[in-house]
Amino acid sequence: MKSIVPRYSREIPQRARLEAAKCTKCGHIEFPPRLVCSKCGNREFEPVTLQKTGTLLTYTIIYTPSENFLMQAPYALGIVELDDGVRLTTQIVDVAFDELEIGKRVEIIFRRVQKEGHGGILEYGYKAVLLN
Amino acid sequence: MREVAIIGVGMTRFGELWNQSLKDIFVEAALRAIDDAGVDHIDSMYVGSMSPGLYVGQEHIGSVLADYLGVAPIPSSRVESACASGSVALRQAIFEVASGYSDIVLAGGVEKMNDGQDTTYILATAADQEYEAYFGVTFPGLYAMIARAHMHKYGTTSDQLAAVAVKNHANGYLNPNAQFQMKITKDTVLNSTMVADPLHLFDCSPVTDGGAAAIVVPLEMAKSFKGQPVKILATAQSSDTIALHSRSDLTTVPAIGIAAEKAYKMAGLTPDKIDLAEVHDCFTIAEICATEELGFVEKGKGGEAAESGMTALDGKIPVNTSGGLKSKGHPVGATGIAQIAEIVSQLRGEAGDRQVKNARIGLTQNMGGSGGSCTVHILEAM
Repeated sequence: MKSIVPRYSREIPQRARLEAAKCTKCGHIEFPPRLVCSKCGNREFEPVTLQKTGTLLTYTIIYTPSENFLMQAPYALGIVELDDGVRLTTQIVDVAFDELEIGKRVEIIFRRVQKEGHGGILEYGYKAVLLN
Repeated sequence: MREVAIIGVGMTRFGELWNQSLKDIFVEAALRAIDDAGVDHIDSMYVGSMSPGLYVGQEHIGSVLADYLGVAPIPSSRVESACASGSVALRQAIFEVASGYSDIVLAGGVEKMNDGQDTTYILATAADQEYEAYFGVTFPGLYAMIARAHMHKYGTTSDQLAAVAVKNHANGYLNPNAQFQMKITKDTVLNSTMVADPLHLFDCSPVTDGGAAAIVVPLEMAKSFKGQPVKILATAQSSDTIALHSRSDLTTVPAIGIAAEKAYKMAGLTPDKIDLAEVHDCFTIAEICATEELGFVEKGKGGEAAESGMTALDGKIPVNTSGGLKSKGHPVGATGIAQIAEIVSQLRGEAGDRQVKNARIGLTQNMGGSGGSCTVHILEAM
């Protein structure tokens, strides 16, 4: 696919710094930030930064990726619930696949995610590693 | 609102249709439905298609297909809801006829997936592009994560997942339109290559070219055509968070249950009144979630239902008598209409070797993405 730099740069505050939005009415944290709270419909938010530790809720090992990720396969991918309750989908790296288990503690780190398109633009974001 | 019926259905063979274009595939299916119904014209048409732009570089297919079907200048629109596009197109046809605006409306679906594009990428555009696909998610990967959570919570096994594929291939073996008209064993599934752990290749529906169509008319006019009518008792649709990770329960697809509840209420029926169902088994775990959310079994028992034969052709509630997406094939935009074609054929008593005895009420369940959209339709024999 054609690389679109503005689209990538728009997501930098979330992917690089885990910036989120907390609803001023019900306290629900939206990640990424939204204009309308998905829980109560309120439209006012205050900025928050997400916790970097959390728990693995489920995972898979991808053996057949899309073309952008061909050179990375096989890789582990999971859904993590951070300690502030926010959930995200992320690769789990620096791990032997048989160490993965639902309920394990993880930490979010900053890594290169993919090289997009024929231009090979390096794109960064979060991944998870197992704690201890 | 008027009550409505389907008086004609048609589909192409599903498979790798190298010698047919997107246009040819759709027109073949549409002509079969028109001939089956015995109508001499249609007032308008809706076509479900997920991604003709990415697959074959063609957008604006409402007009493209009306042109090649030879029905221009009637209104014709493409409808998109990822893999639920076909059944959402059907809903537009139902509403247009029910409202009294039109009398004869074609609802179709088509997808041409085998022309050499990166189908794993294209299908992943039905997920959250920025917060799922960006990090390397694939559709098998999303359903694999649902499967892993289901296994963890309910003790569902890989053998039970495999039982879904074995059953659906046994049904598809009897369906001349199926892409993979062959029987398989549990070992075929468990020994096949891993796509997204714990899902093997044979837990996944294939990449398919195909089209399907149905003709919708008012119930009061239904008996004046050649095609044996089937009454539409209910049409329901739901949506949910686009990202799987945003849902509170990762062991299921909540949108199915929401659409099902609305459909049962509209039809005035309970799940035990359904004689057979076509459900969206894009992956084996998806059929397990569907049988649970549709109320055929309690939560967590979907794996057992497949393994025990409860959902087999001769079981208590036959599921995916066509072979399902798994064996019949899954040309994503066409799937929702192909499910309708199977139920119509069963309720008419025209399903041949895979006919379910005394089938009076059938249900279809079709969904988009990891469950960001879902439809349920209930049909009754006349």
